[in-house]
Amino acid sequence: MTVAARPPRARRAGNLQIGGPLAAGGFSVAWLTLIVLIPLAAVVARSFDDGLGSFFDDVTAPQAVAAMKLTLVASLIVAAIDAVMGTLIAWVLVRDEFPGKSVVNALIDLPFALPTIVAGLVLLALYGPKGPIGINIAYTRVAVIMALLFITLPFVVRAVQPVLMALERDVEEAAQSLGARPWTIFRRIILPALRPAILAGVGLSFGRAVGEFGSIVLISGNLPYKTEVASVLVYGQIESDNTTGAAAVSVVLLAISFLVLLGISYVARRGIRR
Amino acid sequence: MSRIALRSIAIGYLAALLVVPVGMVFYRAFEKGFATAWDAVTTPPAQHAFYLTCMIALVAVPANALFGVTTAWVLARHDFRGRRVLDVLIDLPFAVSPVIVGLALVLVWGRDGWFGMTGVIFSAPGMILATIFISLPFVVREVLPVLEEEGTDQEEAASTLGARGWQTFWRITLPTIRWGLTYGVVLSTARAIGEFGAVAVVSGKISGRTETLTLFVEDRFQSLDLTGAYAAGVVLALLGVSVLTLMTLLQRRHQRSR
Repeated sequence: MTVAARPPRARRAGNLQIGGPLAAGGFSVAWLTLIVLIPLAAVVARSFDDGLGSFFDDVTAPQAVAAMKLTLVASLIVAAIDAVMGTLIAWVLVRDEFPGKSVVNALIDLPFALPTIVAGLVLLALYGPKGPIGINIAYTRVAVIMALLFITLPFVVRAVQPVLMALERDVEEAAQSLGARPWTIFRRIILPALRPAILAGVGLSFGRAVGEFGSIVLISGNLPYKTEVASVLVYGQIESDNTTGAAAVSVVLLAISFLVLLGISYVARRGIRR
Repeated sequence: MSRIALRSIAIGYLAALLVVPVGMVFYRAFEKGFATAWDAVTTPPAQHAFYLTCMIALVAVPANALFGVTTAWVLARHDFRGRRVLDVLIDLPFAVSPVIVGLALVLVWGRDGWFGMTGVIFSAPGMILATIFISLPFVVREVLPVLEEEGTDQEEAASTLGARGWQTFWRITLPTIRWGLTYGVVLSTARAIGEFGAVAVVSGKISGRTETLTLFVEDRFQSLDLTGAYAAGVVLALLGVSVLTLMTLLQRRHQRSR
């Protein structure tokens, strides 16, 4: 139905032989199926290998529940901090002027450029045992949150920055001339305009945080019931050859990140329509 | 006043989370002198890890470029049933935890897997498959918007003048998308070099055989060879930072050339 409703594509290459697009499309779909879809289907299939009861047992095992709870709570905290700090940093990068701003701007992408295992190592070097400032957060839940904050830093900043740049200043100026305080202007004028972008960034942060592994594995100590996140639990289960249990927890993780992404995109779309 | 307060908060946060910790890794790596660090990253297992990382990237990135350009072209220039679905599925690898990617590959290619065979899992082909999986969307996502924005005027002009399909592609389409393709390739490469979780699961982590640089870092750390871990971490960080610098320079040139 949606296909029929869509206006016909006005400009399309007309000269390509019938075989070209068909072969190209076939290649794309076949490649995606082989590399991505079949393997993911195998995870879902394996999780129900021993029946629904066993699946239920696997995902409600105390250790699995603890790991998933920690993953969700830590990811939510990280998403909330990212929303505030990301918007603040984007604001400073767009509306403020100071020497070295372009360097700070380039630094934002550093977490994307650094391998995740290095991110964990980096935090350990400063905040680990024998760190130079005497703060040791290694093997605590704070370490999990720090690692997630590190790797998700760019998402909200990079989502908000272009929207803030494109924002017209005249409404703010009108509000100011009518006597609105800076905080009121931010809350009533700027924030509503930024909300879809913030939510989009937060959704990406959350999705990334739920599945994160590399940056956490060194600094969290992976203590069951305490600092073991879901991806680390899955990794341990694979190592001990319990692939059915690993697949069951994986399916729950996949479902959570999928639902959250759907929810965020729904909220974001509603924000745009308004 | 509040402007300066906000600026201080932003810079303070970035310093505590990013700059100082990254600087610390460099300090820790060279704490015992440059020679010690150099020795730590030139041992035979370290050299092999470096070689394996490069080899995997050299296979995975061209594969992604080929798939990415083809898929972006199909999505931008053709309307077909399921186009939306394909568009959404492309992003799946970004939403899946690397560990789950590794598990998925073991379940398909492992000895007892769906296509069970030996020589894939616990060796280079499996690690390449994992790397292709996790870096799959980059090229599509960089090339697709360029193709959509540019439209088909030039391609149509070329075909009116008698150019064949392939000729149009090489002479018109490819030059148009070259920046998008470059960004996609650079991002894919960075991700391929830095991948840890997916590769950790499928590699079996055999030192000197199936260990990439990221796995080598973890191996050194777990063996309490901190200098080795930090030194290899510095090598990876330098690779990442050069990718970032390259990207910034390219973008600046691109903007000027427009």
